[in-house]
Amino acid sequence: MSFVWTIAEQHNGKLKDVSFELLARGRKLADKLDTKLASVLIGDKVSEQAMQQLVHRGADEVYSIQDPRLENFICESYAKVLATLIKTYKPSIVLAAATSSGRTLMPYLAIKVNAGLTADCTELDIEEGTGNLLQTRPAIGGNIMATIKTPDHRPQMATVRPKSSRPLKEDATRVGKIIAVPVTADMLDGRVKVLGYRKDATDFVNLEEADIIVAGGKGLKKGDNFAMIRKLADSFKGVVGASREAVDRGWIAYPHQIGLSGKTVSPKLYIGVGISGSIQHLAGIKTSEIIVSINSDPDANLHKVADFGIVGDAFQIIPEIQRRMDKRNGGAK
Amino acid sequence: MKIIVPIKQVPETSNVKMDPVTGTVIRAGVETVVNPLDLYALETALRLKEKTGGTVTVLSMGPPQAMKALKEAIAMGCDDAVLVSDRKFGGSDTWATSYTLAQSIKKIGGYDLVIAGERATDGDTAQVGPGIASWLDIPVATYVAKIESMDAKAIVVERLVEDGYQILSLPLPCLLTVVKEIAAPRLPTLDGKIRSRQMQIPVFSTENMVLDAAALGLKGSPTKVVKIDTPKVTRGGTVVKAGDDEAVVVAVDQLMSFLESKGIV
Repeated sequence: MSFVWTIAEQHNGKLKDVSFELLARGRKLADKLDTKLASVLIGDKVSEQAMQQLVHRGADEVYSIQDPRLENFICESYAKVLATLIKTYKPSIVLAAATSSGRTLMPYLAIKVNAGLTADCTELDIEEGTGNLLQTRPAIGGNIMATIKTPDHRPQMATVRPKSSRPLKEDATRVGKIIAVPVTADMLDGRVKVLGYRKDATDFVNLEEADIIVAGGKGLKKGDNFAMIRKLADSFKGVVGASREAVDRGWIAYPHQIGLSGKTVSPKLYIGVGISGSIQHLAGIKTSEIIVSINSDPDANLHKVADFGIVGDAFQIIPEIQRRMDKRNGGAK
Repeated sequence: MKIIVPIKQVPETSNVKMDPVTGTVIRAGVETVVNPLDLYALETALRLKEKTGGTVTVLSMGPPQAMKALKEAIAMGCDDAVLVSDRKFGGSDTWATSYTLAQSIKKIGGYDLVIAGERATDGDTAQVGPGIASWLDIPVATYVAKIESMDAKAIVVERLVEDGYQILSLPLPCLLTVVKEIAAPRLPTLDGKIRSRQMQIPVFSTENMVLDAAALGLKGSPTKVVKIDTPKVTRGGTVVKAGDDEAVVVAVDQLMSFLESKGIV
């Protein structure tokens, strides 16, 4: 029986959370199909301990491909490595994260291995009888949910939205096989060179993988008022997001933008402050677990989609929430 | 320098309203536009052309009505356009679409750079750009936010990733997909509009292209849509009013208990 695979992601040898989320998805599918779950880890000098972590979080096998030339994500090389592995081991399903690398690698790879691919899935299941993978994804700005299958091509490939599932609990008693795959010259593509890496100087913002996002919009009136949003985000251990209006006014940098022309997020908690909630913005936040809206306009769209909305002055409400958070955070010390 | 920009015609979403009764989005009678994220690709291509000389060819696969999108791109300043249109292309998924577009780009030929939008606002997959690169077997950089430099052989770009920017050097020809940060798109000019009206745009189809019939349209698409649901947009949550100082305290009390009940704080 052919396996279910997940593509693990690492940065500087450390596994990203999304690698474990994928294993939780894959475990369910592998159990339904009564087959094994394997994780593919491409990088350089990733520790044995990190590989065991994949086993503890649900993998039966780990394919480890380590080489200095694979340290950073390069689409062409990673695709060659995976195409070689797929042709050798013939998995039935390959899942990757819908991240900047997963969403580049998978479409490039799908062509090379002649496979169907579904983007940015929020639900995955197995069809009764056929054993086909059912892939559900939002489209048209989240206004429709489409369920897609790939009946005649193998592997069935999908990218999965980060934070759309929870990792399994770590089980240190789980035992799995670590298979070191030797890197051969034909697995590497020397065309693209990584010259470096630049981090946003102002602040670190990983909206797609954040658990909590506090976002500001036009209602903040000026850029300086984002200080209030940053402070609140910090006390929630969250990150700062923004609407297009705030970014276009130059109040905050583009990497913070959420929505159709920015990022799509799925945090546990999204708090929108002074954001009216255009269709484009809503498209980016629809799969959030809890939506809180703070806006003085009672007719704001964001109030309509919110789980909890407060109609009032953000400049009164945010400091009040801040006081409560300071008390809690102070009290916890 | 010859640059090719594949674009898509999509439903216009900026004026879309929510149905207050069903809580779903009203899509009837919606106009079509050039995919807003493709405008950044067009702008990037036009700026490169202004700097280094050369031409920009815009390409779109779709029904005959997609001619309108191509004319708009011409009006912005593109030199040539090609419509890729055939009933046999209908129902293509991203695999079949990227195959058909890659074959069209091969037919145009002689290109140095292909620049695409990050994704289309209707399908939302972001798969066709990298897919075209894979079919053409050229390198790809996605989410490009800045072009650092370019010469006759290579291009250096910054791509926006989750926690910063990755700086890459790619040999030409290659394919880039760009994000909004790269440049603010220009508007069509009057001269451009006049030129677009007079221009005869060629149509590529199964009649004049060498294509593998098994890789086209709905039949050639590995993925099949099983069903479509229209989820409710509204969640029916609690909305409280906080009109004065006292009400603010009460409202925030309620919010904190709500967050507590959800295990957030």
